[in-house]
Amino acid sequence: MNRYFPLVALVFFAAVPLWLQDQYYLHTLVVAGIFMLAAMSLNLLLGYTGQLSLGHVAFFGIGAYVSALTSLGFDVTVFGRQISVEPWPPFLGLLLGMATAGLCGYLIGKLAFRVRGAYFVIVTISFAEVVRLVALNWVDLTNGPLALPGIPPLTLGFEWTGYVTLWGKAENYYVVLVFIALAYLLMKRLVQSPYGRAMIALRENETLAVSVGVSVTKYLVLAAVVSGAVAGLAGGLYAHYIQIIDPMIFMFLNTVTMVIIVITGGKGTLAGPVVGGLIFGLAPVFLRNYVGPEVQWILYGCLMILIVFILPQGIVPEIERWFNRAKPDRRNDAAGQEGSSVLALARSGRANH
Amino acid sequence: MNAQVQVSAPILAVEHVAVHFGGLIAISDMSFEVREGELVSLIGPNGAGKTTAFNVITGFQKPTKGRVLFRGNALSGLKPHEVAGLGLVRTFQRTSVFDKISVFENVLIGLHRRTAPSLLGTLLGLPRERKAEEELREQAWEILRLVGIAHEADEPGGSLPYGDQRLLGVALALAAEPQALLLDEPVSGMNASETARFVELLNRLRAKGITILLVEHDMPMVMGISDRIVVLNYGRIIANGSPSMIQNDPDVIAAYLGGGVKHA
Repeated sequence: MNRYFPLVALVFFAAVPLWLQDQYYLHTLVVAGIFMLAAMSLNLLLGYTGQLSLGHVAFFGIGAYVSALTSLGFDVTVFGRQISVEPWPPFLGLLLGMATAGLCGYLIGKLAFRVRGAYFVIVTISFAEVVRLVALNWVDLTNGPLALPGIPPLTLGFEWTGYVTLWGKAENYYVVLVFIALAYLLMKRLVQSPYGRAMIALRENETLAVSVGVSVTKYLVLAAVVSGAVAGLAGGLYAHYIQIIDPMIFMFLNTVTMVIIVITGGKGTLAGPVVGGLIFGLAPVFLRNYVGPEVQWILYGCLMILIVFILPQGIVPEIERWFNRAKPDRRNDAAGQEGSSVLALARSGRANH
Repeated sequence: MNAQVQVSAPILAVEHVAVHFGGLIAISDMSFEVREGELVSLIGPNGAGKTTAFNVITGFQKPTKGRVLFRGNALSGLKPHEVAGLGLVRTFQRTSVFDKISVFENVLIGLHRRTAPSLLGTLLGLPRERKAEEELREQAWEILRLVGIAHEADEPGGSLPYGDQRLLGVALALAAEPQALLLDEPVSGMNASETARFVELLNRLRAKGITILLVEHDMPMVMGISDRIVVLNYGRIIANGSPSMIQNDPDVIAAYLGGGVKHA
């Protein structure tokens, strides 16, 4: 039953708009899904390679800005040279945003992974701050604090099929759902492959990993590229859904939200960011009747501290342990044949083959 | 055995290597060779520079002077993972296993060198990559059986008894397909029967044609298994020869019995 759980969850969430008509709830789910996607990307770095990126919002924001700007078109003068870009279809913009964020991941990875640990944290924070200042001050391009309004929503289709523009909440909900499912599958394949094993090996014991031939830079940079690209995708989805972005998108709080989602859900598990994203994405729905937004943030902080104390590994690993205890004979049965066929640390309780 | 060994070419050559840590001279001038298929032991009192020598050979430590050749190619400037990539693989005295990861997956990580799946194929879940993964699992089982810890495949590496952890450390190194294997005190902390098992394993590895360089304090084992012994004291080589020669060497006896070092 365990291995079919992601599919069951997917079917369940695909059915949600059929009975949930309330636009506010749908909106909350879409935004929760976008942050879930961003958290999944952060999880690859934080959970699997063990490197904490505290500037992850930079990739998110770059994806958002690139996607928004290319689908709006822009006119800008760089070093005396005029650059004009006609509006592109939003979907191409989304891909370009992803690619740009992935490229930034590559550069940051190449630079920062020479020095790891605390230095990587500092480099990523600085990177996010630099990008924020650029977005704030390059007014010709980004409109600065006046924001970029009127970003077109995503359109689907080809010339020969005709186009559908996704104005509604339910349509956007499905787009986000599809991307989450794709990202989940991609992460699962990656972390359960030799690539993911190398990342986990580097996290667990770098010296030992290196001694059997694992290249540090290769795998950390790969993780940063994939992570950056997926975060950029989330940012692009955000821009086309909200239809207006400003430099506030780069605020530190957004990074913190991603980190909280990953840590609470369970870093280094596939299902962790999904569970964490649902909890923190939907919490405002339940809390808004009782307390204001500022108090909500304080409550999230308390909730996270509580979870870190009670379940230091996060929610998902705890559920797994509980699940395994419920049927203690499983491991012995498997031992003879294929053994632990999936990397224990990469294995979420919900992973299937 | 010695006669057969002498005709083969050196697989590993250490040439005038010196390592200084600031004012401290860890290795002053070290030169020795290991021939293809040979089992050479590097011995010496604590602090003689044995582990430093290992670090230099495998690229974890840059030598202040000198160089290391593997199959005639200088390893200068190579990173540790590149040295491992050439087939020169080591184990460690202490951090020898991934202790939170299961034994089976430890070995899968060790098998890293043997796979080069395409990233795209992996992400798309192509049949070719799946098949490669299955073959990898089969190889992992083979190594676990060879080393004799297959029954513990599902346990986290860190929960194994000490002797088995050392074996897992060797399994990890073996998974990296070494042509030359450097073992840093593999039987320290093992009891007599575990050591005997380990010696059997070493003989099986030699039968597979793997050259072995061993650092070890267990003298009966070293004397019994080595083709040749290199003795290090205060960062320099004081003797190099067969076990029987080493046992009767006055300098070696002095070094071990604390007779002090005569300055050359």
